Parts: sequence; C-alpha cells; structure tokens
Amino acid sequence: MVDAIKERFGDQFVKAYRFIGQNQIELKKDRIVEILTFLRDNDIVPFNYLVDETAVHWPKDEQFEIVYILYSFSKNEHVRLKMRIKEWEVIESAVPVWTTADWLEREVYDMFGVRYANHPNLTRILLPEDWVGHPLRKDYDIRLQDVEWVRKHLGIDSGQKYYVGEARDEDPGYITPSD
Amino acid sequence: METKETLFDASEITVSMGPQHPSTHGVLQVKLKLDGERVIDAQCVIGYLHRGVEKLAEAQTYAQYVPTLDRMDYIAAVSNCLGYCEAVEKLLGLTAPPRAQYIRVIMTELNRISSHLLWLGTHAIDLGAVTVFLYCFREREEILKIFENYCGARLTTHMFRIGGTQYEIYEGFQDQVRTFIKGFPTKVDEYETLLTENRIWIGRTKGVGVISGKDAIDLGVTGPSLRGSGVQWDLRKAKPYAVYADFDFDIPVGGVGDTYDRYMVRLEEMRQSTRIIAQAVEKIPDGPLMAKMSKIIKPPVGDIYHSIEAPKGELGYYIVSDGSTQAYRTRVRPPSFVNLQALRKMVAGHMVADVVAIIGTLDIVLGEIDR
Repeated sequence: MVDAIKERFGDQFVKAYRFIGQNQIELKKDRIVEILTFLRDNDIVPFNYLVDETAVHWPKDEQFEIVYILYSFSKNEHVRLKMRIKEWEVIESAVPVWTTADWLEREVYDMFGVRYANHPNLTRILLPEDWVGHPLRKDYDIRLQDVEWVRKHLGIDSGQKYYVGEARDEDPGYITPSD
Repeated sequence: METKETLFDASEITVSMGPQHPSTHGVLQVKLKLDGERVIDAQCVIGYLHRGVEKLAEAQTYAQYVPTLDRMDYIAAVSNCLGYCEAVEKLLGLTAPPRAQYIRVIMTELNRISSHLLWLGTHAIDLGAVTVFLYCFREREEILKIFENYCGARLTTHMFRIGGTQYEIYEGFQDQVRTFIKGFPTKVDEYETLLTENRIWIGRTKGVGVISGKDAIDLGVTGPSLRGSGVQWDLRKAKPYAVYADFDFDIPVGGVGDTYDRYMVRLEEMRQSTRIIAQAVEKIPDGPLMAKMSKIIKPPVGDIYHSIEAPKGELGYYIVSDGSTQAYRTRVRPPSFVNLQALRKMVAGHMVADVVAIIGTLDIVLGEIDR
C-alpha cells in the first residue's frame, strides 16, 4: 500500500512507520483529496470508512497536525494519515470523498480555527456562532471564556478577567491553572 | 416561523423542534423545513451540553481524567471507561490481568443491556407504547442494583482503573448475575409480544428512516444502526479487545435498514450479551486485579488510537502523549455524534411524526455528542 502511494504521489510522501502496531503515514497537504480518493477506491486495501478526522496543535512550530483515521472493512485494517499545516493555512475539505467529514471538519474548525476549502457549510458546531476563540488550541487557557458573550447572553459575570488574545503573561494578576 | 410561497401553491415553513422537546432525548434542536406535513430538510443544532471534555484532559493526569468520561455517554458509562483504560494501557504497553478482564467484560455487557433497555423504553414511549417503558425499567433496575453493589454508583460508575479494576467482586455477585441472565431472555420475549407483531408498531417503524449499507458507511454510521442496514461488522469480532475472543456469540444483522430492523437488531443484541455474560461468569479466573505498574502513569512519547464497540457504535480514543503525566491531546470519537449526522438523510421525505421515530432509532445521547 505504501509503495502504491509512493509511486503515485511520490512528491507528497514524507514517511511511513508503525507505532505500537498501528500504521501511520505522513503526507504533505497539497494533494490530500486525491490521495484520500485513491485510498478509498484502490483494490489493494480499500479504506472505505473514515473513522475520524481531528487535529493536534503544536504551537512551538506554529503548526497544526491534521489526522485522518481510516478503516478498511474488507481487509480489517486501520491506517492513520497525518499532515502538517502552518498556522492559518487553508486545506482541502474531505467532504467530497466522505460525507462523514462534514461535521468532523466543522468541529476541527470550531475547536482549532483550521479553515477548509470547498466545505459546504463551515460554521461552528458545538460553540455559539459569535464565540471568540478556538478552545482546543494550546494558547487558549483552560480557564478562559468569552466573557463578553457570557455577559450578553446569560446575563451573568463569568468571573474570568481576560479576553482571548490579550497579552496575559505581563499581568501579575493572572492565575494559571497550575498555581 | 417564516413562510415562503412555492410554485405549487404549497407553502414551505421552517419549524424548530427542540431544544426543550421530550422526544429529542436531551437538548437537541432540529430545524425542520416542511412542506405541509412532509420534511424537506432538517438541520441539527447541537452544542447545548458542551463542557469541554477534550480540553479538560489537558489539565488532568491520565488517572484523574477517567471519571470525567463517565459524564459523556452517561447511560453507558462503563463502556466509556473501558475504552479509555484500554487505550492508555495499550500506550503503556501493559495488559490487565485475566481476572480484571473478565469482570470488565461482564460489566460492559450488563451495561450494553441496560443501555439498550433505556433505548427501547424511551423509543417505545415516543411511538406511543407506554407499557414497554415500565417493563424495561423493571429489568434495568436489576442491572443498576448489581452496579450499585459492586462500586456504589448506578450511572457514573468509574468502574475500572488504568491497569485493571480496583474492586474485588462482592459475595453473591455471581449468583446475582446468574439469576438475572437466567430470567432475562424470557423478558426480551415479553417485549417482543408487545411490539414485534403489533400493527401500530409495524406501521410506525417499517420503511421509516431507511438507510442503505453503502450510505451508512459513507456517513460513518456504526453500531446497531449500521448492522440494521445489513453490514455485519462488530468491533468485538473484527478487532477483539479485552477477552471477547474467548466467547461465542453472533452478530445480528438487519435487512433493509429501516427503524424496524434496527429494533430487531438491538433486541437480538441483548440476547447475545446475555450469552456472553453466561459464559464469562462461569469462568472468572483467579489472580490479581491490577497489573504491575508504577504509581505515576507516564506513557512514552507517541500517539494511539483505540476503539471499542460501545452500545451506540464505535467509540474511539485518540491520545497523543508528550511523555509527561498529562495527555497532550485527547480526542474522543463519539458514536452518537457521527450517527446523528445521518439524521438529515434519513428524515428527508418523511412525516413530522416520523422524525421522532428516527431520532429514537439512532439512539443518541446528547452528553456524548456535545462533550
């Protein structure tokens, strides 16, 4: 399978390895929809079921890692595809390949702020539409809240002092969860 | 409510169903676009119960995080716990001792039965059969009593620990389980006498919410909803975890993939779970309950995906470890979230009353969808 990807998408291939018995392939982002379509339709191991699509934030390199977990019913095999994108880079949506990706990508957008091109309805899914910030990013503190939103819609003071994106480190009054 | 004139002198209206609607099983809002009584389109609005479960994992140690997961799918808390404990164990490279594994299987299967019973009761009450609800809760109570005797809690049980189980089974546990599974199959027959050949039940469920196996796979639908469409796929058989490989059981499948098929699949699954428990309870091995491991859980750098067959479908955990005591990223692949996405396809063209049946047949729990 890896050889087939290498042969067709040689320039997109980064590396393939196994970790605790699980197959993983690292790719570049440019031709991801073509690669996913190929993985779905090929005869060697047809990965016809998109189990999950999610992201991991690595702020040190200003990067997001997009993870696709695929499963093949006929061969009973899982594979994980990973690709690194820079902050605010736009990637192609997988919705044309699997309808499942619709909500999964909306959740990634909601939680990380990753933008997808050609997505039919890229709006927030779990948080309110006018919420500020993307909670699963590493620079979003666990105690942070959209104070303005809470005050406006719930009519209470949330008790959180800081807005998203404010320089918090300089302020001595700021409490981190580890304190 | 907005009204728009259409070509054939019919008006298209948008009706909001929920979030406070008894048939949506929680705080789910469905925006229905209607042509008279017929549904043209449905948009789900979710997120009312969002508590940031995935974010919480980044501020807690692996062991501290387990009870939080019980609050996701609160009807099947044992399955949530099993999936996470096994994922971390896999990452640490250890397996729980056999005695713990058998206790885990018994508890998880009891939990599957109780989850299906709650589904059957509420699904039937949605469609007008009130008696079934009372019958189901009678048996569910027996299971919850076993849970209560074992660990003190009935719903959010926190039953297992990473590396095994904490509690030894109590005296009389096996007898209590044996009594339950001996009587249970006849109880399932009793539900069948109320529903299976009931004309109203057949009228409300046959041909409602049909989804083909191919569409179900494309939409990522798993669990009984996928098996109802005729795809014989169960993670307990496909990728056996715990000690499921030791037991003999069948995977029931449906034919056309309508609400009635999914009902039959779930009923048969309850019987199969009884079979698994009957085998497991007779041969619980002796030995320790916890694997030998260090007190501080510090997995190596790397990531893992582990999934189990929860009562609602494939429940997966994707954990990224940076070598510290807290997970760098924990992702939950919730079955209800992905299954609910199929609602839009399933309700198109049906009556408003059928929407209730289809939400019921998907067996969703909003705590898990919103996390």
